[in-house]
Amino acid sequence: MKYTKNFKGQSYGFNHLKTLLGKASPLRSADELAGLAAVSEEERAIAQWILADLPLTEFLAEPLISPEEDEVSRLIAESHDCDAFAPISSLTVGGFREWLLAVTTSDQAIASVRWGLTPEMVAAVSKIMRNQDLIAVAKRCSVTTRFRNTIGLPGRLSTRLQPNHPTDDPKGIAASVLDGLLYGNGDAVIGINPAMDSPKHVENLLHLLDEVICRHEIPTQSCVLAHVTTTLELMRRGVPVDLVFQSIAGTEAANKSFGVNLALLAEAHDTALALGRGTLGDNVMYFETGQGTALSANAQHGGIDAQTCEARAYAVARAFSPLLVNTVVGFIGPEYLYDGKQIIRAGLEDHFCAKLLGLPMGCDVCYTNHAEADQNDMDNLMTLLAVAGCTFIMGVPGGDDIMLAYQSTSFHDALYLRRVLNLRPAPEFEDWLNRMGIFDGHNALSLGFTPPRLLGVINELTGETL
Amino acid sequence: MTDPWIALRRFTQARIALGRAGHAVPTQALLDFQLAHAQARDAVQLPWNINAFAGQLRDIGEETLILQTPVSNRSEYLRRPDFGRVLTEESRIRLCNFKARGVDVALIVSNGLSSTAVERRGIALLQTILEGLRVRQFHIAPICLVANGRVALLDDIGSVLDARVAVIVIGERPGLSAADSLGVYLSYAPKKGNTDAERNCISNIHPPEGLSYESATRKLLYLIEESVRRGFSGVALKDEMDGLLGEGKPLIE
Repeated sequence: MKYTKNFKGQSYGFNHLKTLLGKASPLRSADELAGLAAVSEEERAIAQWILADLPLTEFLAEPLISPEEDEVSRLIAESHDCDAFAPISSLTVGGFREWLLAVTTSDQAIASVRWGLTPEMVAAVSKIMRNQDLIAVAKRCSVTTRFRNTIGLPGRLSTRLQPNHPTDDPKGIAASVLDGLLYGNGDAVIGINPAMDSPKHVENLLHLLDEVICRHEIPTQSCVLAHVTTTLELMRRGVPVDLVFQSIAGTEAANKSFGVNLALLAEAHDTALALGRGTLGDNVMYFETGQGTALSANAQHGGIDAQTCEARAYAVARAFSPLLVNTVVGFIGPEYLYDGKQIIRAGLEDHFCAKLLGLPMGCDVCYTNHAEADQNDMDNLMTLLAVAGCTFIMGVPGGDDIMLAYQSTSFHDALYLRRVLNLRPAPEFEDWLNRMGIFDGHNALSLGFTPPRLLGVINELTGETL
Repeated sequence: MTDPWIALRRFTQARIALGRAGHAVPTQALLDFQLAHAQARDAVQLPWNINAFAGQLRDIGEETLILQTPVSNRSEYLRRPDFGRVLTEESRIRLCNFKARGVDVALIVSNGLSSTAVERRGIALLQTILEGLRVRQFHIAPICLVANGRVALLDDIGSVLDARVAVIVIGERPGLSAADSLGVYLSYAPKKGNTDAERNCISNIHPPEGLSYESATRKLLYLIEESVRRGFSGVALKDEMDGLLGEGKPLIE
């Protein structure tokens, strides 16, 4: 046994680093399903103890999947920066936790080790951190990105306006977009999950969003969350694509099951950059991830626990300097995250790990109707994440996504967080909201005011004068 | 406080123009949401009367086979998606012994996460699909009915039947606005181990708000013919049908 500990006369041992990581992971149904979870609470606590004593260098010496057989492992090995790693190279996982929390460690020092960290180191330290540790350290990590506005500044919280419709009806989508804008949502992106992925269809939706953004000079960006191959084809045809979306995972095999690989993502990234549609910056990618995706994709996790697999997806994401990344934490279902407690923990872990690795991390604070969770769990998670400096959350009308059949955060929820934590939208978007009279200049909705220009759009849609 | 743009509600089932109480939703909107959530939670637990469903199909002259997955109850179904992706050994043997192997299309029906969807809409959708397949002279296997199945079950059954294309009609997870939505998935040259990337999906079939049976069928027939012509299905099979509905975003199961 390579990783061992004796406790009250009983000896515990784990053969592989990935086994140890799985056993040390706070309980979740995904690891139980994959047979990677600790069999007892004591085994989990002992595994966490052993993990805390491991030097960080162990993760460089022992890749979880061999770089020869997995391009994500290869990417992780090749992008590791030894100079950035130097200040923390003598630490154990437990020591690293204390370094991250120490008042003598500056926020700048934490940012400077980003490229010296591997996803596995970050996942490991998260497993021995309490929720408050995950919040406190994430709050210290500032990550700023730009396309047509500035996302991720301190004291800011952005929202993705998600106007989905079960048949992608343009009027139905436009109605939800207007509702969201009038509630001050949409600075991260106005992003539609298409009910259908056909190129012609996605093209129509992209034109619809482009027209809304151009016509009202909204400092934001659009995205239709089609498969990357569809978006690539549309970019070649000259369709107005702001952001390229793709769901990604932490192993080559899982990505393959999504129909993607690093070369394809690089091609899409280059193609989007060449369009030059960003006015303030060139962060052109939008990724979604989520614990359990590798497992749901035919168990392509290589024996790695769900949370560590998730952190490995962030290595894929950060290779392409995305504008936005979010975990779809409660979307994948109770077989991966069973209840509100597991969803909340996973949301905080994902946000922490991604921020520490330097990603503009948001969260789809959400649950499905077959999970043991409700709105109160979401209230808890969104509040905790907002305290932790989460980059963005979703804005779905009433929190009910009528196409994807799950519940996420609502336009109202963002207003709640703005009020209780005084979090403002992206500055350029906030200016626009104030100019349009949607916000009152004090980070809140104006009372009973519909901006005349948007009123015109509503009149066009309804054929009536409101 | 009500929202002046309330007239927009006619364009979507989405919960728009809810009004507000301070930053929050008004009490009526809050209670309405909670009731919808309660109903959706209940819908997940409903069992499927598979024998009655088979009877309805027999009444319209369709041959059926009732098969089983190893799932023993609804709670296990939710926790063990792997169990829902395969047949029991007994069902596999029954299917292996079935003489109509080497068919064009294996058609499978499962309640999935919504028995209500299959009970309310299954027969009507199957009728339009079967009619379309027969017009095109596809050889169809008896309809396999399997309770508590997952999408990937289509590969298990399709491979045993040695079908060119496997199609599963399955109840989608209940949402607050639609607890009775059907999804249809297609796999060319079905075999165990196929991934999501090798399947096409048509989701949100719940007229009048969602996709109609006719549109879903038209789309499915297009995908079947294209996959047979080109020899593959999945993300590489782009839908170029102008003005028609595309392959859909699969709900990760």
